[in-house]
This record gives sequence, C-alpha cells and structure tokens, in this order.
Amino acid sequence: MVRNDENTTSTIGEQLRRAGIPRRDFLKFCTELMIVAPIGLSITRKAWAGEVAADLLKAQRPPVIWLHFQDCTGCTETLLRTSRPGVADLILNIIDLEYHETLMPGSGKQAEEQLQSAMTKYAGKYVLVCEGSIPTKEAGIYFKLAGKPGTELLEDVASKAGAIIAIGSCASWGGLPSAGDNPTGANGVADLIKGVPIVNLPGCPPNPYNLLGTVLEFVRTGALPELDSNLRPKFAYDRLIHEQCPRRAHFDNGRFAQVFGDDGHRHGWCLYKLGCKGPDTHAACSTRHFNEMPDVWPIGIGAPCVGCTEKEIAFKVPMFQQASVHNFTPPATYPPIETGAGHPAHIATGLAGLIVGSAIGAAWTAAQRFQSSQEGAEANPPEPPKEMLPADDDPPQSNGRGQGA
Amino acid sequence: MSLTRRQLLKIGVVGGTSAALTGTAFAEEEPAAPHDAVGMLYDATLCIGCKSCVVACANANGLSADTRVDPLHQAPADLNSFTKNIIKLYTPAAGESGPYSFVKRQCMHCVDPFCAAACPFHALSKDPTTGVVSWTADKCIGCRYCQLACPFETPKFDWDAFNAKIIKCEFCKERLEKGQEPACTFVCPKKAVIFGRRDLMLREARRRIKESPGKYFEDHVYGEKEGGGTQVLYLSAVDFNKLGLPKLSPDEHPSRWLRWQERIMKGFILPIGVYGVIVGFLKQNFREHDKEMNEEHKKTGLLPQI
Repeated sequence: MVRNDENTTSTIGEQLRRAGIPRRDFLKFCTELMIVAPIGLSITRKAWAGEVAADLLKAQRPPVIWLHFQDCTGCTETLLRTSRPGVADLILNIIDLEYHETLMPGSGKQAEEQLQSAMTKYAGKYVLVCEGSIPTKEAGIYFKLAGKPGTELLEDVASKAGAIIAIGSCASWGGLPSAGDNPTGANGVADLIKGVPIVNLPGCPPNPYNLLGTVLEFVRTGALPELDSNLRPKFAYDRLIHEQCPRRAHFDNGRFAQVFGDDGHRHGWCLYKLGCKGPDTHAACSTRHFNEMPDVWPIGIGAPCVGCTEKEIAFKVPMFQQASVHNFTPPATYPPIETGAGHPAHIATGLAGLIVGSAIGAAWTAAQRFQSSQEGAEANPPEPPKEMLPADDDPPQSNGRGQGA
Repeated sequence: MSLTRRQLLKIGVVGGTSAALTGTAFAEEEPAAPHDAVGMLYDATLCIGCKSCVVACANANGLSADTRVDPLHQAPADLNSFTKNIIKLYTPAAGESGPYSFVKRQCMHCVDPFCAAACPFHALSKDPTTGVVSWTADKCIGCRYCQLACPFETPKFDWDAFNAKIIKCEFCKERLEKGQEPACTFVCPKKAVIFGRRDLMLREARRRIKESPGKYFEDHVYGEKEGGGTQVLYLSAVDFNKLGLPKLSPDEHPSRWLRWQERIMKGFILPIGVYGVIVGFLKQNFREHDKEMNEEHKKTGLLPQI
C-alpha cells in the first residue's frame, strides 16, 4: 500500500509513473475495462483503449476507504486475484486505497488513526467501499471495530463519504448472513444509510471490474453510473445471464444435463435442470468472465448459477430448484408445414363403419317389426268408445286413429 | 292440394316482380387493392429461420409466449391465439429431393378478404386506404365464420379466454400509425421479409425473378393473383403448395358470391317476395284444410280437430 501524504493531488498517471507500471499494462487494463463495460459508462465510450487511458491518466486518484463487516473477504480476494501481471498492483495504484483492513500492514491504534485521518482529509470526497452485511440485532453487538458496533462505524464513515459502493451481496442486501432466520439482523448498506449516493455491486463475489468501472466513472465525471431499481449499475447488471450464456444453444436445442457427472454434464450441456438460475439472474458473468480468463465463472466450469446478484434468489431459493424462465424465446426446432389433423386409420374407419352399419340395421329391423305390429293392429281395429259415438246409428268410417290433420 | 290457375298466377306475379326489381345488372369487376395498399414480400430463399420475427411480433402485439407444448420455450405448433406470425420448416419427404425451405405464415391481407365477406357483422373489415384487414372487438359475435372462410387458416380463436378474441396479424396497426413498419420486417436481419407499398413489393418481386430466372418456383409470385390477390407476397424455390399455401385460382374470390348475395338482398325486396309466395301457399293450404274439416264434420258429426 502506497502512502502518499505529500501527493494528495496526484493523478493516476503520475502515480503509475512513480510506481514504475509500464504503459502497456495500463493499456491492457483499459482494454479490459472497455470489454467489461462496453456501454453505460462515459469513460469507456471511446474509440480505443488509448483514448480511455489518456482520459483516465489525467484523473485524480480516488481516495477509497474500505470497510469490512460480516463478510468472508471473498470480494477483496477477487479484487486481488485479477490475473494479468501487475494488475493487483495496478488496482492499488489507480485507486488511492487509504484504509483496508486486509491489505494494510498497520493494525490496532495505527490503523484506527489512519482511518480517522483519511476521513478528515478527504471528507465529502472519498469513496466508501463496504464489504459484508451490518448486524443490527442486540444493538449491533455481533460486529465491533475499535469497541464500536458496526452500525455506528458505518454511520460515522458514511456520513462523510462522497459515494458508497456496497460490494458483494452481503453489503448490498444482507447476503449469506441474512439467510434463513437472519440471527444477527444482518442488513445491507442501503437499508441503513440514506442521503449518500449508494451503488450496489452484488455478486458472490462480484467481478472486480464492475468495482473499478464504477469508481473510475465516479472520479472522472463526479456522478455514479445509471442504476436499476435495485441500485445496481446498468452497465453490468442490465441483462440476464441466460441471454448471453455460452450454453444457450444447448438450452434451445433441449440438451440438458440431468444429473451432475452424466454424459450431458461432461459434454457441457445446459445446466438448467440442475437448478441453474441464469434465466432469473441479472449479471454480466456470461460475457465478462473472472480473472480475465475465458470460462472462469460458475457455468463455465459446470456449476449452475446460484443467482448471487439477485436479492430474492441466492441464499433464499434452494440451490437446485429450477428457475422460472421470463423471456420465452423459440427453441432451435421448427414446426412442420402441416400440423393439423392426420389421416384416419383404416381400422378406425372400419370400426366406425361397423358401428354405424349395425345401428342402421337395428333401426331397420325395429321399423319393420313396428310396421308389422301396426298392420296387425289395423287388421283388427279396436271398437270406438261408446260414449264418443253419435246418437244416431251410423258408425263412423274412420280407421280408429282419429282425424288426420 | 289443388291450385287454381288464377291463384298460381297471383302468387307468381308477386315473386316475379320482386325478382325483376332485384335482378338489375351489375358490372362484373375484379377486386383491386387500394392505390396506397401496403404489402409485404417474403422471400423464402433469403430466410435463415432465425425466428426474430416471431419474437418481435409477440412483443409488439403484447402476446404472451405459447409454452403449452414446450414449457421452456415459445414454441407454437401453428398460428394460434398466442401467435400471429410463425416460421415453419418444409422438409422434403423421404425419397424426395429438393431444397429445404422456411416459410413465414401470417395473415395474407387478401385484396378481397374471405373473412370479411363471411363476417355477418363486419367485425372484420378492410381499411380503404392501406388495405389492412383488421378485427373490431365491439362488432364480433364470436361465430368464427371467418375461421372457416379463410383459405389460409389464419384467423384464430382465443379458446381459453372468457371474452375471446379473434387473433390474426393486423400489420402492426399501431406501429403503422406511428409511421413505423411492422415489427417482423423491422427486425428481419436478412431482409427476407420487406414492407412497403404493394405495387412496389410486386415490382421488387418481379425484378428478383428477372434477375435470376429459374431460381424461384415457376417464376411465380404467390399472392399476385391467388384468390383475387393478397397483400402479402411470396417468393420461394419450393412449390408453394408444399409450403402450406393453398392453390387458389384468380377468380376464386368472395366478392363473386357476395355480389349474388347483394343482389338477392338488395332493398330486401326479393326476401319479401319469397315470403309473400310462401304465405300465399300457406293460406291456400289452410283454406283447403278448413274445407276438409267442415266436410268431415258434416259427415261424422265429430268436432273439427286440427
């Protein structure tokens, strides 16, 4: 960690030169940034990486205070595990990391002093990065730093921050510590702090370039990138993983891995039936893999997406439960030209003919019998009822069936 | 029953007059598309079967995906109440040679629409300017005559709905009003389906045929003349009949029959005439019936019964 008390106004360019970072490395970094955030950030809206670099080199290094709460330090780890040579170093030189419990050599009183001095020196300008959820139950006793509960610490540091970045799902809305009964009353930063611009970068862990893009955008323009309803920057969280998944062709062709380790799983088929939450999850993972290495992301290594960037999915929905598909699209198959009625089978036609024929035959026989019984009746017409007969002795010539209408 | 000559003449005069009144001559004219009729040209040889148009159509028309066959995909088996536009695949039957072909099916927007002719309440009507055949919910009685009348089997009934609709392509009416082209032609990445004035579409189709003679089936534009002409035109390398487009002769259009219906119904004179004839016969029958009754009564003394 580079202390630069005397260089408070140094630009990124000056700092890189002082640290001996080659321009080539920085250009690579800028290229990566352009790939990660092709749209949605003003800093990457340039013709090529050289322009992005020229622009960024002029920028003031943003002072960053990084606080840990209930976390696993995974977000810090992912930041340090960026794999291009010197990038970890680069990251530490691009931002002016004033306080970070994992990375700083000092501890105890020394560290606390550094935090206080940074807060005073860069009051209203520094970027506060929070990692981990903040416990609120029992007056916040489940997390304490320098004798103060996490809630108090957060309020202190956040009140003077220029912007807050909640990195990881825990800092965004509670994450893993808030799962189930939420025993510590874990909360995200945005649940506790109002009045300071907040960006959520959910993920377990999130892609470090999302953090760098957001920080650099804030430094260069003084404004945060465009956010969605969950305070996630749209440049990284606007699309569903499913939309650009490299295994999407398998989904559309109906090729699914049914159990872990089966033939389909070995062949890299779609993981939907293993509980992949890709169709439900907004994140850029499917196009921006981790550590700048192709296929380094859950689905890439055959593990179904757990939906860590969604508030209502990761740690809430069972891991192997099938996700619901939102934007239905056609499969890779086509309906044939004729889909309507087929041709009746010969046996069916024969059966139907038999049934109809026997019905007609039965009706005919019945009619014949009825007729003969009528004829029999007509041969011996019943006597007309006496009271119907007129007074005179002239019997009617009717056939006994009454007057025809 | 016996009719006197006089009675027969009396009845004949009423019917004959009404027939003469309605039987005025009509000029036999072929149906023609409106001058500014819009049209679509689908070239099956350009289509790559990406189904972008299927998705765009559903989105533009607010149709939910048909997931009844395949719960994970929008996979309609045919045009239905979820689907106004579909891409189908023609595969040559076993032992048959020839190319595969996609075909886009939607309402053909006939120059002389069969559905509108069959509709008893003009719920289906043809726009006099653009020629778009559209459905009006307020007039529909749900008889589904349109479904039976359409030779292309296009109008579909929303069987699952309580207040059912007739679902069919309406050339994205709302988009046309905003000056946009229909969603399907807008998204087509290969411009396999294009939109414009019908006469320009027809000219373009002829140009393509002229440019590569023999490429298209019988060098023919389907929809130019079929069933009196349609506003959706097709070019294909495969027999149109195999793509599910029926063989229709040019004079097989509904106005031929509709004309007779109009003649018969004109001024409602012929129906009244026919009614008069029927009443005349009935009256005659009743008179004879009464006479027989009275005779019976005189003979037997039984009270007259009907």
